[in-house]
Amino acid sequence: MPAFIEIENLSKSYRRGDTTVQVLDGLSLSVEKGDFLALMGPSGSGKSTLLNLIAGIDRPTSGSIRVNGVEIGGLSDAELAQWRAQNVGFIFQFYNLIPVLTAFENVELPLQLTSLRAAERRARVERGLAAVGLADRMTHTPNELSGGQQQRVAIARALITNPALIVADEPTGDLDRVSAEEILAMLEHLNHEEGKTILMVTHDPKAADHARAIVHLEKGRLEDARR
Amino acid sequence: MPGPSCTWRKGGSKMLVARLLFLNIWRNRTRSILTFVGLMVAVLAFGLLSTVVQAWYAGAEAASQARLITRSSISLIFPLPASYGERIRHIDGVDQMTYSRWFGGIYKDTRNFFPQFAVDPPTYFAIYSEYRLSEEARQAFYRDRRSAVVGRRLAEEHGFQVGDMVTLKGQIFPGQWEFLIAGIYDGAEEKTDTGKMYFHWAYLNEELKRRRISRDPDSVGVFITSLADASRAAEVSLAIDGLFLNSPKETLTETEQAFQLGFVAMTEAIVVAIRAVSFVVILIIMAVMANTMSMTARERTSEYATLKALGFSPRFVAGLVVGESMLLAVLGGLAGLLATYPAAWAFQASTGNLFRHFAVSPDTSLMQLWAALATGLVAAFFPALRAYRIRIVDGLRAI
Repeated sequence: MPAFIEIENLSKSYRRGDTTVQVLDGLSLSVEKGDFLALMGPSGSGKSTLLNLIAGIDRPTSGSIRVNGVEIGGLSDAELAQWRAQNVGFIFQFYNLIPVLTAFENVELPLQLTSLRAAERRARVERGLAAVGLADRMTHTPNELSGGQQQRVAIARALITNPALIVADEPTGDLDRVSAEEILAMLEHLNHEEGKTILMVTHDPKAADHARAIVHLEKGRLEDARR
Repeated sequence: MPGPSCTWRKGGSKMLVARLLFLNIWRNRTRSILTFVGLMVAVLAFGLLSTVVQAWYAGAEAASQARLITRSSISLIFPLPASYGERIRHIDGVDQMTYSRWFGGIYKDTRNFFPQFAVDPPTYFAIYSEYRLSEEARQAFYRDRRSAVVGRRLAEEHGFQVGDMVTLKGQIFPGQWEFLIAGIYDGAEEKTDTGKMYFHWAYLNEELKRRRISRDPDSVGVFITSLADASRAAEVSLAIDGLFLNSPKETLTETEQAFQLGFVAMTEAIVVAIRAVSFVVILIIMAVMANTMSMTARERTSEYATLKALGFSPRFVAGLVVGESMLLAVLGGLAGLLATYPAAWAFQASTGNLFRHFAVSPDTSLMQLWAALATGLVAAFFPALRAYRIRIVDGLRAI
């Protein structure tokens, strides 16, 4: 049975002026469904680029990425946008909530791309916010919430369409230790109890310890993988 | 997944779009209010200046193509012999003939300028049927050679009433000239000029002789002829001028509209300048608003990238930029349009008798709206294009 994510000979390079910067260099990797993988490595090692490529918000220079049997490199921009909406939940370091919208509206955003009726959207969002402990903060805008609360709103937003894959880029990078632990426990719960496949980029070894497996990248290549 | 029956789309609901547009406009209040005020003032200025230009041409627009004006071929300031009238009357194609002479008197103060003409009342008011005078006033006017009639606007401006004696100080014809107001005429249409005063040419002519004023007695300023068939205007004009060819006082005949446009042409440079300024104002606000929208879009780069990452289409994101710009433009444009009406009223009140008809036309209001919409669209073009094209990974880095 094929892996949930299959990456073969993946390369990504950028043009910067006259020079070409090789960010990923012939990387191959398999991730099973229900895995929780922490991507680690020094700055510039290519871990965020790898995450972006798997999440379909960037395109590889060469190589193949198959997620749940779909070769995402072969999708058009519009198809890729729809694939992301259906299959990927995003958690960013700086939460990336829309500041003028309430917590409720931010979580509802991905559902705006579905044909669900307003009443059903409302029920889902209320359940989603309750699941991250923010049932009483639905009408608050992001600047009325703490960093940890904003990240929990972002997690609720990432989960609202029930995607198979969660990608988290330094999800605790902007949080204090207590809030960070709460967020990591939440991700761990999602992985263990709900079977979500999670890819997390982090610099923090303590955060990585919450993952089932840790992959080290160095200069665009896979250095080490351990469980 | 949301459910087996769920389908996916590329943009959010109309409710979400509307909410985002209004919330985003209110996000940087100072900037939005300043842009709104700027746009309002620009649209107001555009409307007001356009109305000035229209008012400038109003006389010519109200003038008839079926009336001919015959004046001295040298210049309007040279009078023509009154005896020409009978010869003109008998030309084939001429329906009626009358004449007038510019008086140019001062009422109390030079600031109280208004046009006064010496005319032959029965024939003049027969040709100018757009001047509406009651039968009683008409008879009173025709009967008394020292009487005069004034237009409604002029009467309201100076408080003239029937029975009043009005004294004018002659500039071209020296001395004090007294007139009894016999009636007040109204205009058949809104554009009809009711800012003039008419009195008897015969009275002026007799007084010139009696007072021994050497200002060409038995002369008129212009002859006015009405045509039975307006399409014969050129032919009749040539016939009139042909009558007096090689005489000491040759004539130049043209349609009343061409005659009025001749006056406008004397000040054409001013009109062109006013028109240019009205468009420059719009160009300036376009640049200001484009700058506002560029700053706005730049500040929201990461939000646009986030929306795209979540699956919203580039078109939806660009639409948010265009929508915000258009919303601001419509609000500012409507405010400017509505402000034009009281501003035009105040402008006319302060300029007195300068324009015979000064009103904001529906065409001007429409132009104002178009200018506002064009401003919104042009201002949004490049920021929207940028939002459309921005790569998600680049946008997310813009935090």
